[in-house]
Amino acid sequence: MTSLVEQPPVTRAREGRSLLQLKQLVVEYGYPPRAARAVDGIDLAIHKGEVLGLAGESGCGKTTVANAVMQILRPPARIAGGSILFEGENILDRSPEQLRRYRWRNVSMVLQSAMNALNPVMKIGDQFVDAMRAHEKIDRKRALARAGELLELVGIDHRRVSSYPHQLSGGMRQRVVIAMALSLEPELIIMDEPTTALDVVVQREILQQVDALKRDFGFAVLFITHDVSLLLEFADRISIMYAGEIVETARADRLAANAQHPYTQGLLKSFPPLRGPVTPLTGIPGSPPDLRDPPTGCRFHPRCPHCSPEQQALYHRQTTERPRLRTIEPAHQVACHLVEASE
Amino acid sequence: MSTVAPLEVRSLTKRFPLGNAVRRSHVHAVDDVSFELRPGTITALVGESGSGKSTVARLLAHLYEPTAGTVLFEGHDVSHVRRRRDVLRYRSQVQMIFQDPFGSLNPVKTVRHHVERPLRIHRVVPSNQVEQRVYELLRTVGLVPPEDVAAKFPHELSGGQRQRVAIARALAVEPKVVLADEPISMLDVSIRIGILNLMARLKEERDIAFLYVTHDLASARYVADDIFVMYAGQIVEHGPIEDVLSNPLHPYTRLLLAAVPDPAVKETPRIALTRGQSSAAVDPAAGCRFRERCPLAVDICSSVTPELVEAQPHHSARCHVTAPAPAT
Repeated sequence: MTSLVEQPPVTRAREGRSLLQLKQLVVEYGYPPRAARAVDGIDLAIHKGEVLGLAGESGCGKTTVANAVMQILRPPARIAGGSILFEGENILDRSPEQLRRYRWRNVSMVLQSAMNALNPVMKIGDQFVDAMRAHEKIDRKRALARAGELLELVGIDHRRVSSYPHQLSGGMRQRVVIAMALSLEPELIIMDEPTTALDVVVQREILQQVDALKRDFGFAVLFITHDVSLLLEFADRISIMYAGEIVETARADRLAANAQHPYTQGLLKSFPPLRGPVTPLTGIPGSPPDLRDPPTGCRFHPRCPHCSPEQQALYHRQTTERPRLRTIEPAHQVACHLVEASE
Repeated sequence: MSTVAPLEVRSLTKRFPLGNAVRRSHVHAVDDVSFELRPGTITALVGESGSGKSTVARLLAHLYEPTAGTVLFEGHDVSHVRRRRDVLRYRSQVQMIFQDPFGSLNPVKTVRHHVERPLRIHRVVPSNQVEQRVYELLRTVGLVPPEDVAAKFPHELSGGQRQRVAIARALAVEPKVVLADEPISMLDVSIRIGILNLMARLKEERDIAFLYVTHDLASARYVADDIFVMYAGQIVEHGPIEDVLSNPLHPYTRLLLAAVPDPAVKETPRIALTRGQSSAAVDPAAGCRFRERCPLAVDICSSVTPELVEAQPHHSARCHVTAPAPAT
């Protein structure tokens, strides 16, 4: 694969360092005392070329994390604390012009409703040209040719540059958006529920394609979804988010084999198996808390199957003390009082 | 249990016109589909987007009129009933649950309004008992305390709760048949199981015949008794769900199975993905509609349309290779 980009991005990653690091990031919607902390002090690192899965229920803050990394949070959302380091530099200090170059060049994004992210009255090719010319000096003709190349990369005929979005199927539109996200060869692509609206066969096609492109281009992926089963197969590492906090992070295979947090275990038990005996499943009873007034102590305790007043000492800690993330095996962290208690 | 299935379809066909008067073509959205829904049974109808599975549900709900074929309700042909009274009577027995719990509830009306309306329109109970019945229904679908939930507006509920309201509304008329069109695909993974368990319970307790339209084989396996797999408007395989999933005959069913993310297998075999999508249903020529994507295709596949053949007891497939027609 020849490089499609002549001008180097703002900085290049040095080997062996995390590409992106979130440190104690806090994002609030609104102002105290009515502020909802959608992201409450999370630490997260994405290494070069890896796929990090971020999973959790609707409203757990995962999309807010994505928007914070992309620096596209809009009021009333604001970053109330912590830092976001991209290749060691805090992007929260950058000027609007620097941020404009950082976006799409360093980090691009495939949105949840990517199928609707395309402008319905513009040809596909023109939308590529717009995105490229916003970031570098390139003439229209060459930009269009490059758009064709990018479409071929995601398995779409290059002549489709002159199609309108409505002439493509949902899966094709999704691939167009992925091609667009690749157009400036970013180091990180954020994918926010990229396949949720698609059916399984198309979903697998797209994931296989992203996997192959990742090997060619070497970009990292922050993959956000509520479907853990997808991540177990597709991600290198997985972080589970609940009510604005990371409750567990592990390598995908370890998470499948040795999930420790009751919430992770609940998520893993939420999808019925395709093979083996069919046993009644329970899912996770209850619903996620209101982030304007989160439960005290462990935020999962009202839904936790291992939290009962009978075990007095433990119950007291579960309801009053916030569990810290601790490492239980290499590259595996859990925030749960049960794990601490069993040590 | 009565011997007459509450709902049976025979050779159901629906074509949608495409293009203009000069260049007319037709999408064969549903082509010669036959099956019956039995009381106390969940029948899964599975296929990819554009396979025609939702069109089948809509035909059964009387939202479309079939191009050909018949819909029999308790043995009576209802495919062409037009009179409001007849349509109402049919709808009081056959209810539908839609995919989008955000779009199927009126945002300016309370939960009470949604559940109450069918009770009044179909005069299910005398008006002084309506309130009581609303609470009963909400309790049945697990929305407690019903007095509080009834006063809420849709935006105050989560997706799962909204879908429960939609189910309560469907149950209000005490239907014999419920058509559920992708009822969980827009919900969070953690609450999907709750809705599936509710369907399984209602099937047992109320002897309802469910049609469960989905593209998710794993959830179909969890709740359904029988499965019909659709491709490009046709049923390509059907049978008891365990038989079909443990021993899929049609190559398309095998493709669907291979596409499901399976955490048990980290290295799933990469499936060969070939293009050629729903266009197979536009003015189809003779031959198998799956042949362009099929790894097993042989010469006969492009000239002769395969028939559904009962290759194993109760388990049929439409494939020249895996379910060849018996020599006559």
